[in-house]
Amino acid sequence: MGLDITWAVDWVRRSADVIAEHRVELITLDREIGDGDHGENMDRGFQAVLPKLDDLPAGSTPGDVLKLVATTLISTVGGAAGPLYGTAYLKGAVAAGGAVSLDGPAIAKILEAARDGVVTRGKAEPGDKTMIDAWTPAVDAAAHAATSGADAAGVLDAAAAAAEAGAVATEPLVARKGRASYLGERSAGHRDPGAESSALLLRAAADVAQAAAGV
Amino acid sequence: MSVKKIINDPKRVVDESVAGFGRAHADIVRVEFDPIHVVRADAPIAGKVGLVSGGGSGHEPLHAGFVGLGMLDAAVPGAVFTSPTPDPILAATKAVDGGAGVLHIVKNYTGDVLNFETAADLAAADGIEVRAVVTNDDVAVKDSLYTAGRRGVAGTVLVEKIAGAAAERGDSLDEVAAVAERVNANARSMGLALTPCIVPHAGEPSFTLAEDEIEIGIGIHGEPGRERVALEPADRLVERLLDPILEDLPYTSGERTLLFVNGMGGTPLVELYLAYGHAAAVLADRGIEVARSLVGNYITSLEMQGMSITLLKVDDEMIELWDAPVQTAALRWGR
Repeated sequence: MGLDITWAVDWVRRSADVIAEHRVELITLDREIGDGDHGENMDRGFQAVLPKLDDLPAGSTPGDVLKLVATTLISTVGGAAGPLYGTAYLKGAVAAGGAVSLDGPAIAKILEAARDGVVTRGKAEPGDKTMIDAWTPAVDAAAHAATSGADAAGVLDAAAAAAEAGAVATEPLVARKGRASYLGERSAGHRDPGAESSALLLRAAADVAQAAAGV
Repeated sequence: MSVKKIINDPKRVVDESVAGFGRAHADIVRVEFDPIHVVRADAPIAGKVGLVSGGGSGHEPLHAGFVGLGMLDAAVPGAVFTSPTPDPILAATKAVDGGAGVLHIVKNYTGDVLNFETAADLAAADGIEVRAVVTNDDVAVKDSLYTAGRRGVAGTVLVEKIAGAAAERGDSLDEVAAVAERVNANARSMGLALTPCIVPHAGEPSFTLAEDEIEIGIGIHGEPGRERVALEPADRLVERLLDPILEDLPYTSGERTLLFVNGMGGTPLVELYLAYGHAAAVLADRGIEVARSLVGNYITSLEMQGMSITLLKVDDEMIELWDAPVQTAALRWGR
């Protein structure tokens, strides 16, 4: 079953809740290897999206919602996360196009476009201890699930699980991009906050999709 | 570690502080809040290159304290230790565009670079010519291939002063950008912290240090540095900062320099001058002339105790531009 505008709006609301719930955890992760603002900035960004959801015109598509999230995050989050997440949602919106309903392959394509956007903007590679280390396994798992015939909710679930594993796998890595890279070897032993927030957002997408499917 | 702060609401710290700054310096700047930016009171100035800088708050007086005649035309304060978003950078760029183009002075931190790049793209789409100079004077970050590159720290103050004077005397965008690049290329900095700092909305120290421990090679965002060592006498601490600086460019006998000892916010001037004295003596021993000096809290990290040392290799033009009149909240001379 395809995912429509209701899923997209519910995903944003769920994302805002999840980020608010994990605000302190993300701040703590970021304080350990960065500057301690990630939870605060992401929370500010998603809270800013919420009131705008009510102004979406009738007939809006999932792509319109992704674009709304993109422009709002770019203008409210700041730091590196603002432009990076903003680019992810913007490229996702372009990949979604005007589709009213998104099936498994469409979701996989959106995730890939989002990841590619982050790579282009931030120039990080897998293993640099960044959000890419959650996104890349998520994109691969989503593509595999879609090829195997999973529906949209199944594709998102595969992506979320892979992103969660990817976030955990950043713990032993030495950072080579972003502020954590200034720590050198001392960045090892801490989870990357951007990878963690990426996993939280993808899990929110999967949970809302499963709820919509009545699982 | 005390968490006492003179604030009302952690979420309103920057807005309220910038509002107070605007009231205190209404003769020099005007403050806009939607979106937030601080511009020179007489901006835009027709035919003059506009200089815009910005970054996370918590480094005061950088950058708003350097807005005014002979230095910046606008500053864009982000949330504490967080780069501003593209919207206020774009608004500031438009506000100072006098038709001769706008130079963005950006400290090399991933967030600052990404947000300024986005703003520059948007400004270009509006027909404003924008150039960017990314400062990266911090020698503490050694292996640039495996990091986000050297950070832009206290050398940024010198870039803003000298490039600002070049813009004020009527240099073109290319010329102002070239001077800014030249200052950045000839400046090296390194800092240390005796204590961490506390971001208002985090409410806890950004890192912890034992009673007798210090952090060498810090940046300016409360991020930890490269190594921890035991606290030592001031002369030795100065050498820990100055030695890697001198080796890096390198600076050699007979050269002229500007020596800048900067406080991180919580270290009194009595200690900064003490440190300056030894730094100047070390340079004198090596035959390096200190032609100009700057000592004080100019690029801070909230209430952090600590300091950074910046050494700029100067030429005649840089000295002339350094001495040129400046009238900002934090630097004033020559008029």
